Amino acid sequence: MKLFPNAHCLICHEIILNPIGWGAIFSEEKEQFLCKTCEIRFEKIEGETCQICGRMLSYLDENFRKGELCNDCIRWEEDDQWSGYLERNHSIFIYNDFFKEVLATYKFRGDYVLAKIFADYLKVFLKKIKPDMIVPIPLSDERLYERGFNQAEALIIESGFAPTQLLTRVHSEKQSKKSRMERIHIPQVFQVNPVEIKGKAILLIDDIYTTGSTLRHAAKLLKESGAERIQSLTLAR
Amino acid sequence: MRFHVKDDCLFPVRDKEKETTIPISQIPIIPQPTLNLNFVFNPDLQLLLTGKQLILDDLPFTLEEIQKHYENGYVTYRKGIEYIRGLPVCSRCGNKEENWFAQFPCSRCGEICLYCRKCLMMGRISACTPLIGWNGPNPVHTLPESILGWKGRLSDGQQAASNDVVEAVNNNKELLVWAVCGAGKTEVLFAAIESALALKKRVCIATPRTDVVLELTPRLKAAFPGITAASLYGGSEERHLYAPLTIATTHQLLRFYHAFDTVILDEVDAFPYTVEESLQYAAVQARRPESAMIYLTATPNEKWQRECRTGKRAFTTIPARFHRHPLPVPRFTWCGNWQKHLKKDKLPANVLHWIKERIQNHKQALVFFPHIPLMEKALPILRQLSPDIEAVHAEDPDRKEKVQKMRNKEIPLLLTTTILERGVTFPNIDVAVIGAEDDIFTDSALVQISGRAGRSKDYPDGIVTFFHYGKTEAMLKARKQITVMNHEGIRRGLIET
Ligand SMILES: [Zn+2]
Ligand SMILES: [Zn+2]
Ligand SMILES: [Zn+2]
Ligand SMILES: [Zn+2]
Repeated sequence: MKLFPNAHCLICHEIILNPIGWGAIFSEEKEQFLCKTCEIRFEKIEGETCQICGRMLSYLDENFRKGELCNDCIRWEEDDQWSGYLERNHSIFIYNDFFKEVLATYKFRGDYVLAKIFADYLKVFLKKIKPDMIVPIPLSDERLYERGFNQAEALIIESGFAPTQLLTRVHSEKQSKKSRMERIHIPQVFQVNPVEIKGKAILLIDDIYTTGSTLRHAAKLLKESGAERIQSLTLAR
Repeated sequence: MRFHVKDDCLFPVRDKEKETTIPISQIPIIPQPTLNLNFVFNPDLQLLLTGKQLILDDLPFTLEEIQKHYENGYVTYRKGIEYIRGLPVCSRCGNKEENWFAQFPCSRCGEICLYCRKCLMMGRISACTPLIGWNGPNPVHTLPESILGWKGRLSDGQQAASNDVVEAVNNNKELLVWAVCGAGKTEVLFAAIESALALKKRVCIATPRTDVVLELTPRLKAAFPGITAASLYGGSEERHLYAPLTIATTHQLLRFYHAFDTVILDEVDAFPYTVEESLQYAAVQARRPESAMIYLTATPNEKWQRECRTGKRAFTTIPARFHRHPLPVPRFTWCGNWQKHLKKDKLPANVLHWIKERIQNHKQALVFFPHIPLMEKALPILRQLSPDIEAVHAEDPDRKEKVQKMRNKEIPLLLTTTILERGVTFPNIDVAVIGAEDDIFTDSALVQISGRAGRSKDYPDGIVTFFHYGKTEAMLKARKQITVMNHEGIRRGLIET
């Protein structure tokens, strides 16, 4: 057994060159999961963002935004059926090719340990938002068995928080091929488990925010079941 | 997955009643029901599973169907991860390095489950994953009237080696074929493959690189026109094809288990075979316990060379090229501190002179650099001599196009890292290495690089120059290897003198 085993980057598996001083060793430096090369390939969302969905506005053409909101969110909020349910979404990373690749390995190949990388970033947000309940978007039983774990739940656990299982899937999540209209009109995607949520501030966790319809479905249902406020946090937008 | 163990038989269960079931990893010895000869097995499952080790996710059959075959003795379950002296070993890829394992709360077995990250891309294997194999009869296939359709002729050097390979294949032995670059090693295999196929043996040719699989497949299909050949690489469509002849990347062997009577391993010295222990493990797993193993290389490593010299390893050499001309012997030219020159956007005078000469005489050349940044620094300097000069490296998205342009003679000079050290051939080129003293240029790399010159029978000569800032052991060894081969070629009458 080596006294200080070399840490390997969880993505590229190179040894992490980390000039830790003796001081750092004794002060319990936090564990390193990424090499510098991989770390800088994640691009964080920063600067001006849409006040609802959290996308970066600086990349968006003037025609696709109005003030502090993007057109997508304006469209959602203009629809009485959806307006006001999802208070706000927070996202950490830009959905670039590198992120896409790492997420695919995590989610579809089932490389659970990669949750540790994301957890480091997630923690910061969870501490800031301080919700009453942290709720992962669930998988269907079938999908859960196939993957072996729920990627959203794993993020919460690896961040050191306790997930609350509030939702259950009633339909399969095979919706990526459907159009936005079809998705919006799916009667019910989730059902609420019997847990008291009256007056609670709930934070939904998912891996990515694409159209926002999954999160809005969940938000609407929870709010109608008595929750006070619903926000969401996703790894990427 | 969790199992019930009852009457010397396993029964998979989906729910996790922990009282009565256990994950496969905790079953000491996995019972194997005896073969029920009255059972009507599914021939599609047989074709897909014979000689394989697959996980459920690989199989387009229901668990119920697979289980039925297991209960009747036609399918085997093995543990995806075995514990040997308390330490985990991945049964598929042989990984036993601690930092290549991770664990997760598994919803399949309801426990904290260990999984292998090394072979993750082929579908996750965790402690509760059964590896599924075939225990029934092998599929039968009919043979065409004549197996070998190739009508070419072997050189004397090829013929001698070919006889040795036939002998090894027929007697299930191991043999190293040490053939110089350009010897024509593929044809050397034909007689042995024919002989194996005639006895209804299963043959696999494995090579580290997909390019080579793609290049070999049509050649072998043409040589064995009546034989089904499966071509396997990442993303290939023929993953599930049962074939007497398989051409695969070494990586694809990870899905096989006791499958082949003859395994031919190409470029055994090349990345990633030497680096990746798992691929060596895969090659061993893929062969039947009674089988032949043929290794092909132009540049065996030190250890293998020593084993050959001391009689510990059976080998045969093809010391001369098909066209009966000697291998170009590299010349060593001192070029001073060339990296310092580069920092001032200059190249040593003798290097520049060598390149100018090639451009003026319209002789194409490959110029090797040890590292990408140095090569990229040299590119603009050389483009002053000819704007069409290009540079390639492993990550270059335009690599294929640039190589093709070189083939079409649209590029006078191609700068490259070691990525083009093997595999690629251009008929009439000279070769230079800038900074041959760098550690990246091992003796085998330098032999391979030298082997790029003089490949065609129309242009059997070529100049190979190693520009260096201090001769290295590797340079001397490479030159020695080449001259020794040339001498042997002359001695055996395989080279025109
Ligand atoms: Zn890395
Ligand atoms: Zn928005
Ligand atoms: Zn493995
Ligand atoms: Zn498990």
